[in-house]
Parts: sequence; C-alpha cells; structure tokens
Amino acid sequence: MKLLNCPINGLRPVEEFAYGGELRAQPDTAACTDAEWADYVFHRNAAPGLKQEWWYHVPSGTWFVAERNTMTDRVERTYLWGEA
Amino acid sequence: MPVRLIKFALSKKHPEPPFFRQPDQLKSSYDAVIIGGGGHGLAAAYYLAKDHGITNVAVLERGYLGGGNTGRNTTIIRSNYLTPEGVAFYDASVKIWENLSQELDLNLFYSNRGHFTLAHTESAMRTMRWRAEVNKQHGVNSEVVGPDDIKQACPEIDLSCAGHAPILGALYHAPGAVARHDAVAWGYGRAASNMGVEIFQNTEVTGLDIQHGRIVGVQTSRGNIKTGKVLSAVAGFTPRITQMAGFCTPIVIHPLQACVTEPMKPWLDTILVSGSLHVYVSQSSRGELVMGASLDPYEIHSTRSTLDFVEGLSSHILDMFPFLSGIKVVRQWAGMADMTPDFAPVMGLTPVQGLYLDAGWGTWGFKATPISGKTMAATLASDKPHDLIHAFRLSRFAEFELTGEKGAAAVGH
Repeated sequence: MKLLNCPINGLRPVEEFAYGGELRAQPDTAACTDAEWADYVFHRNAAPGLKQEWWYHVPSGTWFVAERNTMTDRVERTYLWGEA
Repeated sequence: MPVRLIKFALSKKHPEPPFFRQPDQLKSSYDAVIIGGGGHGLAAAYYLAKDHGITNVAVLERGYLGGGNTGRNTTIIRSNYLTPEGVAFYDASVKIWENLSQELDLNLFYSNRGHFTLAHTESAMRTMRWRAEVNKQHGVNSEVVGPDDIKQACPEIDLSCAGHAPILGALYHAPGAVARHDAVAWGYGRAASNMGVEIFQNTEVTGLDIQHGRIVGVQTSRGNIKTGKVLSAVAGFTPRITQMAGFCTPIVIHPLQACVTEPMKPWLDTILVSGSLHVYVSQSSRGELVMGASLDPYEIHSTRSTLDFVEGLSSHILDMFPFLSGIKVVRQWAGMADMTPDFAPVMGLTPVQGLYLDAGWGTWGFKATPISGKTMAATLASDKPHDLIHAFRLSRFAEFELTGEKGAAAVGH
C-alpha cells in the first residue's frame, strides 16, 4: 500500500496517515464484567484476513474506517464511521 | 584441525554427516509436538530430551529450519531489561549463551561486544538510570556512562548526531553480545536430533484436534498425529495457531525490517542502539554493518521490504556516522514480529489443556532462545509454568497485571 483514499481528502500518500487498530464494538462499560472488559481492551483475533480498521489522516484530523486485507495489504474501501 | 579441513576441502565426497536426520514420514503419535522449527522450538525440543528425557518428539516446520525470525533478527544478546522479572529471565539466558558453543559443539560466533543504549534526551537518561539500578540490584552489569566513554569505545561517532540529537549519555551493558543466529537453530536441531527428536521441514500445521478442552492431535500437510502436548513456537504465525485453537491473545503482527551493508574492515567493536534515532547497529564478523529500525507502523502478515525503511534508517545512521555516506546497503529483509501491548512475551499455559504457547516475542526474541527453550521444556514436562516465566503468562492481561518492558525495547516503537 502506497496510497490511501481518505473519504474527505481523496487519494493521499500513506505517510500522511496513522493507523488506529481494528474497529471493534465496545461493550457497555456500565454493565460488562471485568473479564469482558479485559477481553475488549487486550484480546485480538489477529489472524490474517479482511479487517475493518481505524485510520487517521493526520494533516486534516480525519478519522475514518478502512476495510483492508492484512495478508495482502490491499484496501477494499474506506468510509467515515457511521456511513457504512 | 587444519589437516582435517584441507582433507575435507580436497575430498570429492562430503564426509561430514548431515546436521539432523530427516525421517520420511510422521509417526502416528508423539509424546509431544513442537510447532515451529526456529531457535525457540528447537531449543525446547533439545531441553525436553536433555533435561526431561522426553525424546519421542516431533518438530514441525512450515518452511526450512531457522528460516523465520531466527534467521531475520539482528542477533543482539543482552539482559539490561527494565522489570525485575525480565532482568532475571534474560540474565539466565545470557548465562546459557556464554557456554552454548561448547554445549552444542558448534561455533555460534558468540562475540561479547558491550552494548550502548544511547540517550539523547533527559527523559531517556532517566530511563537509563532506572534500568541501570534495576540491573545492578539483580547482579547484571549495567551502568550509566557519559559521552566521553562512548567516544572512547567508538571514536567514529558524531556525538552531536549532526546537531539534531546530541548524545547526553548511555546505558552501558558489558555482557552485550552478538551471535550467528542460523547456527543457533542448527546447533539445537542437531543436538535434539541426536537424542531422538524428529525434525520435519516443509510440514505445515493445518489444524488442531481438541476434545473437551484438551489437545489430542495435530493435523498437518503430511498427515495427522496423535499427541497430548503441543508447543506453539511460531512467532508471527501465532494468531493463525490460536485461531485454530479457538482463543484470542493480545498479539498483533507488524513487520520488522533490517538490512546489512557491504563488508568493511573492522571498525565498530561495540553494539550501538539509539531509541531516539530508531536504529541499532553492530558489525558482523564478516564486516557487514547489521542494522535495524523500529516496527512498520501497521499490521501486515508479510515479510515484504520497503524503500521507506532503508531511506529512513540510512538518514539516521548518517547522523551518527557521516563517513558512511559512500557505503552501500546490499540486502534488506523483514520478519513478522508478534507484538504484545507490554513488550513482554506470552509464555506458558493456554485455555486449551496440553497446548502451550511460546509467543509474543516481537522484536526481542533471539536473545531469549536458550532460556525460553529451557523454561518451556520444563513447563511441557510438568504441565506447570516454570517460575521464571510466571510474569509472562497469558492470563496476566485478564488479571490487569502487565509486565511493562516497553522502556527496555531497543528502540521507541
């Protein structure tokens, strides 16, 4: 991957972006157990495959979601959160 | 010896026996199966046979022996860690390293060089003092030194780093060493094979047989095996094995790149690391500079190399050593580093009975090869985690009891 498509600014060099890790659903902090919270904070299924990830366009301060294959490093699509 | 060498050179035959036996096919069952024929897996096989008399063991390697991170690291051995648990563990490893060539009857080119971790900021100096005090407390030889001592050990260095990042001091660790990494895998492999361990290359694990939360067998590309004990020592492939086993760990995979220059006459006697400039460099016995940098910034399950890496690393090396501007980089490569949130490994028992994990070795695994083999062998043999690896258990995350070693990582990742 050399270029990444920011949903606001279009195709930009990957050096302009920061990686924010996999997008995962946060459990209800008021209701979840310590074990569920630890699982959310630490544990990952890091096996290779198509993942939804947080990415950040640094110059414009834009957080967005990219669907990227972590084996091939190919990005399928990018979108703003909530617009999926 | 020289006469023997001359005879060997002139001989049309190859009188040296192969390093290890290569059996044609898998047996239907083993007392223990080790997934991963790198240094860690082969060391575990060796100590299982030597310390515990368990010799009916298969080591399964997807590619070739030592072709993963064992042959891709920058070969640095040190024990100047930050936590008492880490210092005790890595110090035990260094003690085995010092006599390992004799023990394995193979020249590992273990070369004691001394190791400087350079500090360019006051906060880095503070971490160096902290590490020095923890190290001294545990009898490990580390001390904070000033710029003059660095200049004396390495007169070629530009202490101002081109004016960008003047060096204020360093953590000096006299036992710091380098070794020939692929020989470590061969030495352990040969010694284990001599005691009856069977090594299979080009043999990929495709599944794990688990019944009632207990491991009963391993499926491979060359057939199925029954076994009650499985050790996974597969570094960057760990998430694929834990997915087969049906549980998650905090491990994520980032590539870590390294490179070597063309050979030069010996000029760099010590190992130099700079956290701020993101470099570590030593000169190999062949004269090449072996250099590495920080992790690639995002997850990829790949060993591809990039131009960005060589450009970035070269610019920082030139800050330290401007005279290298005419020297060429001749090879670059990458390994898949299995990173953990606290920069400590994940070792010991797992939620699946009989499945043991030796993983989370990220960017710090090579130096731990002997001690991880020894402690994992003890853990497999007794089904209880060895005392030295208690702080590295998988359950530490769920217990919110991390073992913070980030401050002892070679470079700020």
